[in-house]
Amino acid sequence: MSLYGVREYSRIREIKGPLLIVEGVSNVAYDEIVEIELATGEKRRGRVLDVSRGVAVVQVFEGTTGITTTGTTVRFLGKPLEIPVSEDMLGRIFNGLGEPIDNGPPIIAEEERDVNGAPLNPAERAYPEDFIQTGVSAIDGMNTLVRGQKLPIFSGSGLPHNVLAAQIARQATVLGEEEEFAVVFAAIGIKYDDFLFFKKFFEETGALNRVAMFVNLADEPAMIRLVTPRAALTLAEYLAFERDMHVLVILTDMTNYAEALREISAAREEVPGRQGYPGYLYSDLASIYERAGKVHGKKGSITQMPILTMPNDDITHPIPDLTGYITEGQIVLSRELYNRGIYPPINVLMSLSRLMKEGIGPGKTRDDHAAVSNQLYSAYSRGVELRSLAAVVGEESLSATDRKYLEFADAFEQRFLKQGERENRSIEQTLDLAWEILSILPEEELTNIKEEYIKKYHPKYRRRAA
Amino acid sequence: MPVKGKIVRIAGPLVVAEGMSGAQMYEMVRVGEDRLIGEITRIVGDKAYIQVYESTTGLRPGEPVEGTGAPLSVELGPGIIGNIYDGVQRPLPLIAEAVAERDPRRKIFIERGIEVPPIPLEKKWHFTPGFNGTKPSVGDKVNPGDVIGIVEETSLITHKVMIPPGIRGKLTWVAPEGDYTVTEVVAEVERDGKKYPITMRQRWPVRIPRPFKRKLEPNTPLITGMRIIDTLFPMAKGGTGAIPGGFGTGKTVTLHSLAQWSDARVVVYIGCGERGNEMTEVLERFPKYKDPWTGKPLMERTILIANTSNMPVAAREASIYVGITLAEYYRDMGYDVLLVADSTSRWAEALREIAGRLEEMPAEEGYPSYLASRLAEFYERAGRVEALGSPERLGSVTVVGAVSPPGGDFTEPVTSHTKRFIRVFWALDTKLAYSRHYPAINWILSYSAYADTVAEWWHKNVDKRWKEFRDEVMRILLREDELQDIVRLVGTESLDERDKLVLETARMIKEGFLKQNAFDPIDAFTTPEKQFKLLHMFISFYRKAQELVQHGITVARIREALGRLYVEMIKAKFDIPNDQLDKIEELRLRMLKTLEELERKGA
Repeated sequence: MSLYGVREYSRIREIKGPLLIVEGVSNVAYDEIVEIELATGEKRRGRVLDVSRGVAVVQVFEGTTGITTTGTTVRFLGKPLEIPVSEDMLGRIFNGLGEPIDNGPPIIAEEERDVNGAPLNPAERAYPEDFIQTGVSAIDGMNTLVRGQKLPIFSGSGLPHNVLAAQIARQATVLGEEEEFAVVFAAIGIKYDDFLFFKKFFEETGALNRVAMFVNLADEPAMIRLVTPRAALTLAEYLAFERDMHVLVILTDMTNYAEALREISAAREEVPGRQGYPGYLYSDLASIYERAGKVHGKKGSITQMPILTMPNDDITHPIPDLTGYITEGQIVLSRELYNRGIYPPINVLMSLSRLMKEGIGPGKTRDDHAAVSNQLYSAYSRGVELRSLAAVVGEESLSATDRKYLEFADAFEQRFLKQGERENRSIEQTLDLAWEILSILPEEELTNIKEEYIKKYHPKYRRRAA
Repeated sequence: MPVKGKIVRIAGPLVVAEGMSGAQMYEMVRVGEDRLIGEITRIVGDKAYIQVYESTTGLRPGEPVEGTGAPLSVELGPGIIGNIYDGVQRPLPLIAEAVAERDPRRKIFIERGIEVPPIPLEKKWHFTPGFNGTKPSVGDKVNPGDVIGIVEETSLITHKVMIPPGIRGKLTWVAPEGDYTVTEVVAEVERDGKKYPITMRQRWPVRIPRPFKRKLEPNTPLITGMRIIDTLFPMAKGGTGAIPGGFGTGKTVTLHSLAQWSDARVVVYIGCGERGNEMTEVLERFPKYKDPWTGKPLMERTILIANTSNMPVAAREASIYVGITLAEYYRDMGYDVLLVADSTSRWAEALREIAGRLEEMPAEEGYPSYLASRLAEFYERAGRVEALGSPERLGSVTVVGAVSPPGGDFTEPVTSHTKRFIRVFWALDTKLAYSRHYPAINWILSYSAYADTVAEWWHKNVDKRWKEFRDEVMRILLREDELQDIVRLVGTESLDERDKLVLETARMIKEGFLKQNAFDPIDAFTTPEKQFKLLHMFISFYRKAQELVQHGITVARIREALGRLYVEMIKAKFDIPNDQLDKIEELRLRMLKTLEELERKGA
């Protein structure tokens, strides 16, 4: 962008919600960043959302409370919002706009980068296919995560998504590689307790020096939430593509982000799409989620794990719905499983990893992995279906085989799904466990598995061989 | 003299410029000092409303806007196949090179204001005058669409060099066989004393359908190798179809399978507002995969258009038109083209976003009132046609559009309007997807209007009983659906034995026929012959078992007598390859023998 330098104006025509309408301006650029100085000397920041000749609409990040039409100065800074990036930012804590808040030394920027980023060229991307072992059976066995994937956790309020995200961050390894993930953590409008949970967790695991945290808490201005994930991802892109690091980005809670977007859209009186969210919610969310992946010629990668709480546990709500259309799968948590004391309460049937097929198989996990996973899905879904049928007609009106399916479904939940918060299962353990519970079913029910794998891995034949 | 104006307002992808009198509706313009690509979508007085196909960050009022005097157009010529384009036909690898020239570290990103040629300008193609034994000679009268020569574009595609629409007259010169670039003249046509040079490159405005002689009825099936599609809900070459489904129901996997396996000669794959990695997957896999019909790398018949969800929204709207225009161009050469658009919902949302910024009156759910007519226009560009010019050529464009209904709700505007303009509906079902029954095409909600028209092809090429068996399978599945309602109330045990047989057979058909693993080397692609053999096996089972049930033999006993055979029948789809079909027949006979023995033992 060509630099026009800093320009100051003070004719404010209107203040409405988070918006300032400034008159008499010239040479203002779309998406330019501004500094607002109040009569009291307080400084705030904002961004240009709409510009026509002489008039600019400015969104104020910290809100408009206390701003007056007279005595306020608006300074247009001649550039889009940029943050300094550097490797030294690992181990530090920043506010939602990327400014340090941990009383540490100032960041010596290796570079200043536009927080909006630029779209990755699909022709330059490398398809993600490195298996990440998270040590969680429901994920490794059935919804495998790979390096460079964006896999969100769809949760509900009160469900243990933080514990699960932390467990994954602690246990995630790529088999055969020593290198640990660098973690970029963005807290978007979350409660202080939740922030504290993650901070303590990173401290306890001794991981703090490879974590950068961007924090916007629930009581801080909502407009900053629109910047927080972008600032975090700007750093992640720098670390991955300039510093060859493997970065895990945790964004929590994307629901708060979308609400902030709705707020600004309503203030601008835009035509709403579904449930009052703007029609461009999909494109806007994509501009965040798509900042993940691997590229040719660079060693690093960005793996994204956004967390969002589904309003009223409704997966068809626009936020989870549009997210699911963009991300490469989803891990869905279930209140019903949680209430029955099962951790992690992952509803595997609703969960999905789209990149699983490339990350598993011989040389990566094990040759039987895909078939075992398919069989678990089809057997468990049948078990769950029969369970609701049995609730109506009684177990005794089911056939003997169908009763085996009920037994299987219970074993699946109690032995395969359920595990400790610190229990780290290897992929071998996960798959062997799967075979154990599948052997509850008659062998001819295993129609998704080829004969050779049954002969090789089914406990019946394994015992015989041993 | 192109129009020159100045920006007065910027709001997201919408820019308003004044001083634009004389500009045409849908004219392509260059916006700002960075010369971003835009298109005029509304004119008021001397003000033009422009949708900009690149990010508008940093644009200022007062910057110049320059008209190009022509509507948004594509360049047509050899070099299109195997390429990957953005939404306005810029090759993505060239964008990367151009960005790298500015700053090598930014190479992986898409930056603004890049101008790169859509088809290679320097590359020499080997041009051979004439086609199919006919050679054009000086003095011949030529008309639009006439083939004057050919170029081997890839090992799969012979590119026909055609007289562009609108040019007719006397041939005054044809280049001898040799190597030429797309800008070199290969022929000359004279009319009324005026000479028209013909090159291998022509331009065509994307929003206008390319002309043809006449439309024909689509009556040949597009074989996809997917059993539920080919057998139950077939697509015809030149037909239209939609594939709606909530997220995770397997739209993209199904579309990739279509692009990979179907017996089209050219495939145009439009990634419209979808994931970047999905385009990468095609880009990395297709050069390695073999076309099942010819054994050549799939990329040699594929054109990719990628406007991923994070790329500028206005270009999403254009990408659909760019894609269909390229498809029509290869249709005019006489090829069967398959166009896959993933997803038309993102295109509709782009329309909505632009309409919202133009402050147009919204109709349902904020979509503009012209949504239905735009969808209709798009799908109507599909069809089987007799192309312009000589020699006579038949070509087709088959259009399959994915629809991404919010919350998986098929009553939303894009799905419901699309249903009016398509003839094949492959409804994806969340429940099937949850149990990993893929392809998750729901056999109750889906339909194909081509089932009758393509029957003749099956009867001639595969077996005369195809329609009969297909209809019987549909009846079994429909009956099973009704029975499931009863089962939910009273359980299976109290059902009549005949109904239990329907349930058992339906389960076998679902497991052993409808469910198909797109990633299994044997299962992924099933030839029409194998599909029929499997069908025959399951129908034979059902018919014979019906007789047994009539004689008082219970379904439980039938199942018990089958024993391992039951598993073999279900696994035949991935155990028996396409070239060993006698094994299926042998399996069928063994099954019948077992049932006959049981019959002899009696009730």
